Amino acid sequence: MEFSYNKQNGSLKICMPPELDECSVKDMRSDADLLIDTYQVRHLIFDFSNTVFMDSSGVGMLIGRCKQMHYRTGTSKAIHVNDRVRKIFRLSGLEHMIAIEEEEEDHE
Amino acid sequence: MNREKSVMELSFDSYPENEQFARTAVAAFLMDLNPTLDDLEDVKTAVSEAVTNALIHGYEKLPEGSGRVQLRGEKAGRVVTVEISDQGKGIENIAQAMEPFFTTRPDMDRSGLGFSFMEEFMDEVHITSEVGRGTKVTLRKAL
Repeated sequence: MEFSYNKQNGSLKICMPPELDECSVKDMRSDADLLIDTYQVRHLIFDFSNTVFMDSSGVGMLIGRCKQMHYRTGTSKAIHVNDRVRKIFRLSGLEHMIAIEEEEEDHE
Repeated sequence: MNREKSVMELSFDSYPENEQFARTAVAAFLMDLNPTLDDLEDVKTAVSEAVTNALIHGYEKLPEGSGRVQLRGEKAGRVVTVEISDQGKGIENIAQAMEPFFTTRPDMDRSGLGFSFMEEFMDEVHITSEVGRGTKVTLRKAL
């Protein structure tokens, strides 16, 4: 799992893998929770720049981490979300749990 | 090429990395039909859900890779049918299993949306299951 932590504002950015399925999220769950705990993360950012596939296992993993952040009254958001990932967010109701940061170049 | 009928069959060990193999194989099988990217991703997602179910529920009690999953694809004109079968523990209550957000494994961060996604992304979803014998999921979509 690739991630970067910004000490200044307490944000943890997790780079999501290209294919977000049960196989790829298996270790991410505990790894992400450990990081959130260790760094006392206040803002969690999921970066979907590289993600081309996502199924309901990915949804489950995101809901779990989102709840973690909720318990610690922190925030979660998703960035660089493409149309496919956006569709999964919409159908699963994830869009109501995690804010999607819109990009400037999005309005075409 | 829209042949009257064309079939492919695969059988693989229940390793997690074979989820990606299974959906990629189905996508390759459909390539000659020139599906839209969205349709192709819909089928891939539905296949991924069914295979995940076979691995984490059907073969829940077995060590990784010690079960077998069968995948059968069929193209009839532009209608694609994919069957995913396992010889795992089976589903006790299919209606309950298909309810959105129902999961037997909330401890595992399961979303409970596997069957909902299959129904959303495909035109038809059929499930036959026998406790202790296994489960077969049939997915159908016109491209």
